[in-house]
Amino acid sequence: MNLIIEGFAWIFDPAHWTTSSTSQGISEAFVQHIILTGISLLLTVLIAVPLGFYIGHSGRGRQVAIISSNVARAVPSLGLLTVLILAIPIIPGIPNNYLAYIIVFVLLGIPPMLAGAYAGLESVDRETTDAARAVGMTEWQVLTKVEIPLGASLIVGGLRSTTLQIVATVTIGSFLGQVSLGTFIVDGLEQGDFVKMIGGAILVAALALVLDGILALVQRFVVPRRVSRGSIDTGNTAHGMRLRASTPGTPITEGN
Amino acid sequence: MQWVWENFPQIWALTLDHIGLSAPPIVIGFVLSIPLGYWASRSRVARSILLSVFSILYTLPALVLFVTVPVALGLAILDPNNVIVALTIYAMAIMIRSANDAFGSVSADVRESARAVGYSPVQRFFRVELPLAGPVLLAGIRVVSVSTVSLATVGGFIGIPSLGNLFQTGFQIHFFPELWAGIVAVLIVAAVFDLILSGLGRLLIPWNRRRTRRRATRMVAKEVIA
Repeated sequence: MNLIIEGFAWIFDPAHWTTSSTSQGISEAFVQHIILTGISLLLTVLIAVPLGFYIGHSGRGRQVAIISSNVARAVPSLGLLTVLILAIPIIPGIPNNYLAYIIVFVLLGIPPMLAGAYAGLESVDRETTDAARAVGMTEWQVLTKVEIPLGASLIVGGLRSTTLQIVATVTIGSFLGQVSLGTFIVDGLEQGDFVKMIGGAILVAALALVLDGILALVQRFVVPRRVSRGSIDTGNTAHGMRLRASTPGTPITEGN
Repeated sequence: MQWVWENFPQIWALTLDHIGLSAPPIVIGFVLSIPLGYWASRSRVARSILLSVFSILYTLPALVLFVTVPVALGLAILDPNNVIVALTIYAMAIMIRSANDAFGSVSADVRESARAVGYSPVQRFFRVELPLAGPVLLAGIRVVSVSTVSLATVGGFIGIPSLGNLFQTGFQIHFFPELWAGIVAVLIVAAVFDLILSGLGRLLIPWNRRRTRRRATRMVAKEVIA
């Protein structure tokens, strides 16, 4: 446990924040990590969300979405990373082989975002969308005013998984030479400097937790008021409460 | 392909290492998650504590957990048990959620009926609740199995032998056949594990028809996203 305290001390030592000829500084690594995550996340969302909405709204290509997310779970991200980094040529003018890394991060980020966008729309009752059509909404209105708000929680859930996936893959990318917060873990392991390694691990963990925390808050606020939180929360609580609300007198069996 | 035949003994040895690294977390994670998931489905307090603790742990990238576990447990940094413990934590993060859903989906009426015909709580658990929870538990463990096999490759880079070693050396010498061999081997291990699990499922829950299976898979898929 001492090592963890030393890891914190390592982080708070100002000398470790600037890059010198012998060691990587935290500031630069942090900025790299954020930039890579941000760009990849943006591209992922731009590609996967419209596609997921299309699949969820039309019901077409559902199989593709399911298969892609299953395959993505099975393919080791590290393996895909090594193959594509070697396969994609370095483009002059783009620093640090960025393009190759970003392509990989986007490829790995797409499946959870796609699944979230599609599952969010799919979770909306058919009767609800049909009712929306019946009152004269256009398909676009059905999508933007009914399906997206009602599916919002799952959609943001997909964004959360994608964000974590990308943060984690950027970290692993350090094994292949890309500078990020993972660099400290990799260097620390190589040099037997476990304080640095733990310091890096704490930084990555903090970044993942903060980003996930922010998105968890977003997830809470995107659900329209007075809408039950949909199918994610159908634990016993929701079930029990609904029972209580609809049929008074039904014994509440929770806690037996 | 030729490279694969020439180096088959090495690939096979790494495959065995990989299985040794990824099978225990799947089994241990499942066994530990059943009582915890059941507890979560019965008690609101247990549910909120267990689900939030494990969802925070699940947030941590694999590499972070792989290097933090030895420090927290006082193990040597190159001890394979580190990876096993870390992967077990991930397995439990998914499996406790599935088990909570699985037991939560057993209707209260069914439980009451079991009690009415005289089942003791233990009998009720093993003869009524566990079998009814079966399909969702199976769907959950299949997700766990696939992601555990894939994550174990990261072990190769921190010096613990696994199929990830092929990625590391293949990358260093820019040798594609080795990289592809690694990816394909991981996919084969994952597929074999999945076949074993679905076979066990067929054996233990023979009434699990396509419709229940699909519903169970969908339930777990949503949990994994959210």
